[in-house]
Amino acid sequence: MAFFLQNVVNALQWGSFYALIALGYSMVYGVLLLFNFAHGDIFMVGAYVGFFVATSLLLLVSYLGLVSLPGWLVLVLVILVAMLITAFVGVAVERIGYRPLRQAPRASAAITGLMIGIIFETGNLALLGATRLSFPELIETTTYTVGGVTLTNKRIMIVVVSLLLMFALHQFVQRTKWGMAMRAMAYDFAVVPLMGVPLNTIAALTFALGSGLAAAAGILFGVAYPVLSPYMGIAVGWKAFVAAILGGRGSILGAALAGFLLGFIEIFVATIFPSTLRDLIAFSIILVILVFRPHGFFGEAHTSRLRL
Amino acid sequence: MKKVTISLIVMLLLTVVLAACGGAAAPSAATNTIKIGVNAPMTGDIPKVGEGTKYSAEMWLEDVKAAGGLDVGGTKYDVELVIEDNEAKAESATAVTTKLISQDEVLAMVGPQSSKQAVPAGEVANNLKTLMVSPWSTNPNTTLDRPFVFRTPFLDPFQGPVLVNFATEEFGATKAAVLYDVASDYPKGLAEFFKSAWEELHGEGSVVAFESFTTNDTDFSAQLTTIKDSGAEVLFAPQYYNEVALIVQQARELGYDGPILGSDSWGSAELMNLCGDACKGLFFSTHYAAAGATGATKEFIDRYNEKYGYVPDDVGALTWDTMLLIQKAIQDCGTITGDIAVDRQCVRDAMAEIKDFEGITGSMTFTEEGDPVKCAVIVKISDAGEFEFYKQVCPE
Repeated sequence: MAFFLQNVVNALQWGSFYALIALGYSMVYGVLLLFNFAHGDIFMVGAYVGFFVATSLLLLVSYLGLVSLPGWLVLVLVILVAMLITAFVGVAVERIGYRPLRQAPRASAAITGLMIGIIFETGNLALLGATRLSFPELIETTTYTVGGVTLTNKRIMIVVVSLLLMFALHQFVQRTKWGMAMRAMAYDFAVVPLMGVPLNTIAALTFALGSGLAAAAGILFGVAYPVLSPYMGIAVGWKAFVAAILGGRGSILGAALAGFLLGFIEIFVATIFPSTLRDLIAFSIILVILVFRPHGFFGEAHTSRLRL
Repeated sequence: MKKVTISLIVMLLLTVVLAACGGAAAPSAATNTIKIGVNAPMTGDIPKVGEGTKYSAEMWLEDVKAAGGLDVGGTKYDVELVIEDNEAKAESATAVTTKLISQDEVLAMVGPQSSKQAVPAGEVANNLKTLMVSPWSTNPNTTLDRPFVFRTPFLDPFQGPVLVNFATEEFGATKAAVLYDVASDYPKGLAEFFKSAWEELHGEGSVVAFESFTTNDTDFSAQLTTIKDSGAEVLFAPQYYNEVALIVQQARELGYDGPILGSDSWGSAELMNLCGDACKGLFFSTHYAAAGATGATKEFIDRYNEKYGYVPDDVGALTWDTMLLIQKAIQDCGTITGDIAVDRQCVRDAMAEIKDFEGITGSMTFTEEGDPVKCAVIVKISDAGEFEFYKQVCPE
């Protein structure tokens, strides 16, 4: 039993990353009908931005002699600042990469995403070199054992922060005017701008929110797996993309659930079978789900204005 | 207008291509230059390994230059290193091997380093009849049935039992767990040698968990939970330094308190940067111990440290030995005819004849397969984060 519960805890942490990244894919796809394939690499950029914010903040703290600044406060600051910076990166990607192509075929926009992703990866490699960076340890690890299940403060923090961010996003989309504009845009991409909703602003906002969440995921990833590499976003990004589609177009709840589901499947497959079979089995399950629910968990059928 | 632009571009491209061809053809005419290829992972998963390879090779080149060139049978030859990046990928390593041998026309090739690249690259080098010496690959398949392929380190069928005996004596363990990358030749091979040696000593089923993952995985929580649950007394993780950091930290976070044992792939200057305090007090087997070295080994370490600012990894030391071995093979060959095929054969034959070569990682004589017979060192990671000599184990 403890063994099972331990793996549930493992899966909750692993699923949090998929869920947070999937939200960014899902929102951009929902609002702009665009696959932003650079999103996995924005997650990587977020992790690196977090690294630099954290190291400079630690330097500043020690320089000013504010030794009393607690680790969790530094972490919160790092997450907020890095989310803000990465949001601007996301907006820049939209402005430079996607906006000029808004009238172009969707396939052109999709490969633009791939190319921007590769530019981020190789740019990082050229700028920082191939040596892995070690994410600074901002909070001391404390281990708790509850009924044979080992928990650390980091794991609890990762899951709680992820859920909080998802909840905040949900509230934003459901309760604010901007959120309403985003939902309207997802409903009809062509008519809503004619009614005075500024398309460019909404597009930028969507990218900013998605990139901010990806940055948060990147920092939490750095806390859990403190080895950063320029290619860290590729595999995670692909899988989060699958989760976003599985969740249903533009559905926040769907993307989050699908992200956690993917985390659970991966952890439990790796527990029972050799890990070589992990992706094979995980994606076979998803294929079966899609056969029965082709629009994902919460997706609705596309109208005739399908753009792909 | 458009047509003019296109034809201009085509002409420009043609010029570049022709110039490149001309450039490649010219140096092969000059017979007083010896080219040695270096096939190293400058980018990819293990860039620190590539860096160590390059630094050691360049230090050797400096010595040769200082001596006014390489003296072969009374004639001084200029030496040129052609360093190419294999991105730590098997496909790139074979492509680089082909390029170095066919296009750059190197006399001999150093590397690739890890077995994942060295095994397939050895096939290419052997087919093209060019001497290849891998400084770091420990998987038997690298040199197996390949007369043109040699290596500088000991082999995994030797390293596996060394670690098994050490864990049994040091920790009194009877139940072991293994966590390894199933998609990479080196960890997979070593994991299997460890398992068979362990079960030979402690009986069938004494390896209580034999868990795997795939290259680039970062989360090992499922596997480590199984390992913790299996009641293993020692965990063996024959992985590269970037994965070691993640494995050790996650194992501790999941409540596994037993010893974690490593292999020669742990021995990188990067390990302590990434792993930090979690790795202190752990043991691994390797080719040489930097802390407490004497004689020529110490000289090499000091020189390297002064020049590049850190203590060289085992890769650096093994690459140094490899450069000297190749130098000796070329010098023993005696004459450079200028016919590259003849010269390559001659250097290969001279290499096979080398006996009792005193390297900084130990004395080497090659077997029929091109593998040296040499000792392994068990190293302990001290509280200062240094790799301290703990024990030496030699083949009987």
